[in-house]
Amino acid sequence: MLNYILRRCGYAVLILIGVNLLTFTLFFAVNSPDNIARLNIGAKRVSQDAIEKWKAERGYDKPLWFNAKAAGADKLRQTIFWDRSLKLFTLNFGTSDSGRDIAHEIATRIPASLALAGPMLLLTLFSGIAFSLLLVFFRASYLDFWGTVVCVVMMSISSLFYIIIAQWFFGKTLKLVPLSGFAPGLDLLKFLALPVIVGIVFQLGAEARLFRAMLLEEASKDYVRTARSKGLAEPAVLFGHVLRNAWLPILTHVGALLPYAFLGSIVFESFFGIPGLGTYVVEAIVAQDFAIVHTMVFLGSLLYILAYLATDIAYTFVDPRVRLA
Amino acid sequence: MPKFVFLWTDLVLWLVVAASVAYVVHVRGNPNLRATWRHVLHDAPAMSAAVVLGVFIVIALLDSVHLRPRLAAVDSAAPDAAVAYATRTVSPLDLLLRHAVDAREKTYSPPLAYWSFQRENTVVDGRDVRVQPRLAFGGAHLQDAESEWIPDLLQRSALGTIGGLVAAALLMAAVAALRARRVGQHWRASLAAMLRSRATVDTEVPWRAMIVTATLVLVFIGWLAAIWPAYHPFGTDRTGNDVLFQALKSIRTAVVIGTLATIATLPLAIVLGVLAGYFKGWVDDLIQYLYTVLSAIPPILLVAAFVLLINVYIDRHAESFATGVERAELRLFLLCLILGITGWATLCRLLRAETLKVAELEYVQAAHAFGVSHWGIMRRHVLPNVMHLVLIVAVLDFSALVLYEAVLSYVGVGVDPNSASFGSMINLARSEMSRDPAVWWNLATAFTFMLALVLAANLFADAVREAFDPRARAFRPRRLRLKEAV
Repeated sequence: MLNYILRRCGYAVLILIGVNLLTFTLFFAVNSPDNIARLNIGAKRVSQDAIEKWKAERGYDKPLWFNAKAAGADKLRQTIFWDRSLKLFTLNFGTSDSGRDIAHEIATRIPASLALAGPMLLLTLFSGIAFSLLLVFFRASYLDFWGTVVCVVMMSISSLFYIIIAQWFFGKTLKLVPLSGFAPGLDLLKFLALPVIVGIVFQLGAEARLFRAMLLEEASKDYVRTARSKGLAEPAVLFGHVLRNAWLPILTHVGALLPYAFLGSIVFESFFGIPGLGTYVVEAIVAQDFAIVHTMVFLGSLLYILAYLATDIAYTFVDPRVRLA
Repeated sequence: MPKFVFLWTDLVLWLVVAASVAYVVHVRGNPNLRATWRHVLHDAPAMSAAVVLGVFIVIALLDSVHLRPRLAAVDSAAPDAAVAYATRTVSPLDLLLRHAVDAREKTYSPPLAYWSFQRENTVVDGRDVRVQPRLAFGGAHLQDAESEWIPDLLQRSALGTIGGLVAAALLMAAVAALRARRVGQHWRASLAAMLRSRATVDTEVPWRAMIVTATLVLVFIGWLAAIWPAYHPFGTDRTGNDVLFQALKSIRTAVVIGTLATIATLPLAIVLGVLAGYFKGWVDDLIQYLYTVLSAIPPILLVAAFVLLINVYIDRHAESFATGVERAELRLFLLCLILGITGWATLCRLLRAETLKVAELEYVQAAHAFGVSHWGIMRRHVLPNVMHLVLIVAVLDFSALVLYEAVLSYVGVGVDPNSASFGSMINLARSEMSRDPAVWWNLATAFTFMLALVLAANLFADAVREAFDPRARAFRPRRLRLKEAV
């Protein structure tokens, strides 16, 4: 097991290096350091001196990949790639192009993101499983048929519609909750209620349909028929046999959702004015702030890899037959 | 002769049409594929969805030929003067709906209204009052608007509905007659059989469901044909443009993104997936590494990075585009390519797994023993046996991409702001809904058309998946019939 985890971590480092190479190449294919400087100084006519000074302050005056002027290992170390990409591995995020400390920004924004993404993920999962269990319990009935129809319709509606209509109805017309914003303490509940509920409703269709398929696949197996034939009640079959064995595919699905739950609520955060990581990313994209986007890509990929590792380890707890080697 | 403008998006879209026709011919000649597709043809929701999708595709294709009309020669011009062309690029759809393009109001107006949304100051009987002025086009033919408006609307609606029903009846009769000739029935018997045929009869195309859908669509079109010349059926937007026209133009953007972006994923996904699954070893490791790296990056960030890249490119080459439409189209085309480059990992993973399985089968081993080359085995024995996955993923991706476009537009990395798309309609709607009273018709129209398109695509995709993946058939919700239960 330990061996396995170590091997996976080594592979993770390789993947992160690939991610870094890719994003770095992409960004500097778009923007030369001169362009970045001009964008950030912001004045209309920028003298070359000012650009050079700005670049020197932020370490953009070095060559991109390879420094021929430096000696020995510094040939690789005195480069933008080393500064901006490889230092991320030590979780040293540096400063953004506008001069702020990225690590500090991220640390202050994580609680808001977690406060939104955590409840949303858990409640989505819960409601999805509950709804799909209902459909499976009443399978091959009108309830199942129309429930599935509702699921298909719900997943055909863009998330933006759910958000706009909910904001208009609950926020503007009924004035139940504030339209958008964020406040610590008990007020948090007021601000988060709407985004969380909308998040659940918007994902319910797709999730419930997926879980329904997983549960039905499990319910068609022989051991379920055996359980029924020995006289178990349907709820006992469903919860005791089907659901327990369906946990494995459900878990895989959750593992794939984890990184998105953290970063992927970009739309929700910016619609509801929640100062989390999602809004940070959108602002950075709009401002073309390479340092921030690069850091967030790194963190996003790290999360992705960790989530998959965690999923694999969780298998061993859910299904004792699974052995990692 | 107008001057035709060849756009990449149009070209690829028509190539897709040609490829689909070729595929249909191929299916007709192949008994296995024909049997599989028969499942789709016998599925009532799928065939109803196909009717709706067909209407959407026709609209998209009408909007996918671009030309610059020739300007009328000026009288005083020299006889040998060069022919002048309009600077605006138009499509057959624009020409067909010219009245809607020309019928521009000043600003917002509600659906079917004859009055403007915004009040204006005017002087009535020597006093300043704020009234909602009459529209320049919507209901302009009414003399006494207040008393004539409702009767006029009702009359037009009735006429339109009747027209739609008549068209539906004609269509039904035509289809019944065609079917009668093939089956060798009298056309009346054929019509009766068509109306009786239900989804539960697995031996026939679900004519009744299709007829009902087609009738609904035709009645809607008939209603529009009666209303549109005199009113704005779905209101106007902030700059006074007809909302329905915007929605119809958005259909093309959605269809282009849905098809082109899916097709752009195919070359990489198919080649790399089959290679990885077939050769295994270091080739497999390398390809797995590639797609893991790609899927580790949050998709929106990856797309955003690429889109910034093309923005810089387009800004630098601003002078090489003759018209704004050409620039917008290039952006759309590149966006599809980007979605393809960033989105091939899922399909590649599936194809790799399937190829691993297929490559172990006896007929592949036999081919090896006969000395067939690797290339030959992959092309003739492996690829045809994994193509069903490609088809399933492609149809499932279509609706996902249509929805994704809206989100991308919201983040600011979507289509050109000048080209109509559902994403930009929704974006505008966000601020419109916070006005008082809310401007809801833009959102409602985008919602209706997008739901119709995505729902139809989803239903069709489900049927295709069920047909090609027998396992999925077990998940279909239906009441157990006695025969199956026993």
